Amino acid sequence: MEIVVASSVAVLTAGGVYLILRLRTFPVILGLALLSYAVNIFLFASGRLATGLPPVLSRYGDATYTDPLPQALVLTAIVISFGMTAVLVIVALGAFLESGTDRIDIAPREDDAEPRESHR
Amino acid sequence: MNHWIIAPVILPALLAPLIAFVMRHDLTLARTTSLAGAVAIVAIAVGLTVASASGETQVYYLGNWPAPFGIVLVLDRLSALMVLLTSVLALIVLVHAVATGWDARGRHFHALFQFQIMGICGAFLTGDIFNLFVFFEVLLIASYGLMIHGGGRERMQAGVQYIVMNLAGSTLFLFALGVLYASTGTLNIADLALRLREIPIEDAALVRVAAMLLMIVFALKAALFPLQFWLPGTYANAPAPVAALFAIMTKVGAYAIIRVHTLAFGPDIEATGPLAATWLFPAAIVTIVIGALGVLGARGLLPLIAFSILGSMGTLMVAVASFTPEATLAALYYLVHSTFAGAALFLVADLLLSRRKDQTLIPLPPTVQNGLFASLFFAAAIGMAGMPPLSGFLGKLLILDALRDPGQMPWAWGAVLAGSLVTIVGFARAGSQLFWKSTSIPAPAPKGPDRGPVTPVRAASAIEIAPTLTALAVLAGLSVFAGPVSAYLADASEQIFDRDGYIGAVLGTGAEDQP
Repeated sequence: MEIVVASSVAVLTAGGVYLILRLRTFPVILGLALLSYAVNIFLFASGRLATGLPPVLSRYGDATYTDPLPQALVLTAIVISFGMTAVLVIVALGAFLESGTDRIDIAPREDDAEPRESHR
Repeated sequence: MNHWIIAPVILPALLAPLIAFVMRHDLTLARTTSLAGAVAIVAIAVGLTVASASGETQVYYLGNWPAPFGIVLVLDRLSALMVLLTSVLALIVLVHAVATGWDARGRHFHALFQFQIMGICGAFLTGDIFNLFVFFEVLLIASYGLMIHGGGRERMQAGVQYIVMNLAGSTLFLFALGVLYASTGTLNIADLALRLREIPIEDAALVRVAAMLLMIVFALKAALFPLQFWLPGTYANAPAPVAALFAIMTKVGAYAIIRVHTLAFGPDIEATGPLAATWLFPAAIVTIVIGALGVLGARGLLPLIAFSILGSMGTLMVAVASFTPEATLAALYYLVHSTFAGAALFLVADLLLSRRKDQTLIPLPPTVQNGLFASLFFAAAIGMAGMPPLSGFLGKLLILDALRDPGQMPWAWGAVLAGSLVTIVGFARAGSQLFWKSTSIPAPAPKGPDRGPVTPVRAASAIEIAPTLTALAVLAGLSVFAGPVSAYLADASEQIFDRDGYIGAVLGTGAEDQP
């Protein structure tokens, strides 16, 4: 199971980094989403991998259990990354509607040497 | 247990939804509530600073769970100082935003502002590293909203860049936390410090990775080379009052490095050793150089100020990088100074640019109150560049004095001094273009009837100038009361390096449970 988890983290991270480097908003948003999936699985694995064990101490019998803390951390991370992605989508949409381009990097304006309009 | 410790987090967290949901159609009410909240937080922060001055590290156990099982907030002199700094800066910026009408240019300014204060204060108070991540996200998500407040093409584009940078940074933060938890089994900073001491050097590879990942995340916040490139675009395109508030955001990164890399990954810990200092020092030097060159090369006023803030972060981190009490004292003094100097520059730039055709550094016909704006800009610029009599001079002097190690001295002294000189030249050029040469240009002739009537430019009222003057007065005060201030900061940095004191205070009640 370790090899499956490790390689899925690796593939998701690689895909995410590649997509972020595309520098267009849609691939970058997808790339950040992939990265956050990768980190969620990674966090989950940080409490050691175990199958079929409850995340609570058993009152009866032997006390085999899986670490509940990473699950709480993953939950927090999922909520935060979901909210952040939503904000990014809206802001990227606003930037696209304002500027007509979906590039992340701002190309230098052709009239850069000329006096610009007011800053607001 | 002192319940006031959590007040700087709770109060804005309660006010913000109230403002967003109940007062969203009543700007006056929202302004009054927001200002009252900011004043209350200043009062609370003063109280906390007095309470922390005794030198006792006070711990607040959330839900009364013993550390390291529950989340703790920790109040020591450093935390109290940072909360006080945040609250005073927030009040100054808020008065400016209300007086100049910035808060009415978009929706939910005050709610986002309160969330921003909540996130920053929480990041300064928390004693749990996952909780630090959560507060980082709170302050970031509020800052995304504030950054694009008012809208506009370039601001939205810069906002997307800013958000993408920080989301990538947050992912790295989580990777670092996963590695740390996997290798130590704890996320409480004090407990982490304790367990990292026991990790033998052979098993330290994962811990070193986590330490460096965390430093990359904090360096991204602190805009250190090579992660500095988001700062000029963001600060130059943010609304000026928001940019003034963002002066504290870079300091959150600096604070996190001081706290985590002194306490948990300190130089005396076998697993990490002097790893942080080795990388931080050259990065800070390069940051100073980039900041100075940027100040010299900037063609607009706001990019110029943004690059000067970048340079000041480099100067600050040079001092932080040596991880000694003396250098940390100097770093803290310069941190307080550069926060207010950067904010003052952005506020005076806002006053000027709202009365000027554009922000390019070319002579244009003088605005109203040219002399007043010129003197305010002059004062803020000599503060930022580090010339006497304002506190930047003393701050840089303290930093130079602390960095006497033969390996560091030529690089640090050379970069700080040459960087200051270039910054002075850049500011002098900007000031003479903006204010001095403009007086020799005649006012434009009245336009023809087809252009319509020329709207007269409104003079700045006293309440609009007051926040800028207050920020400058703080700089002067830091300079006049440098003795008492640096005595407090010396105690604070001593407390930072008293790691056993911190660990004992946090884990005090939980220590018996430890095997």
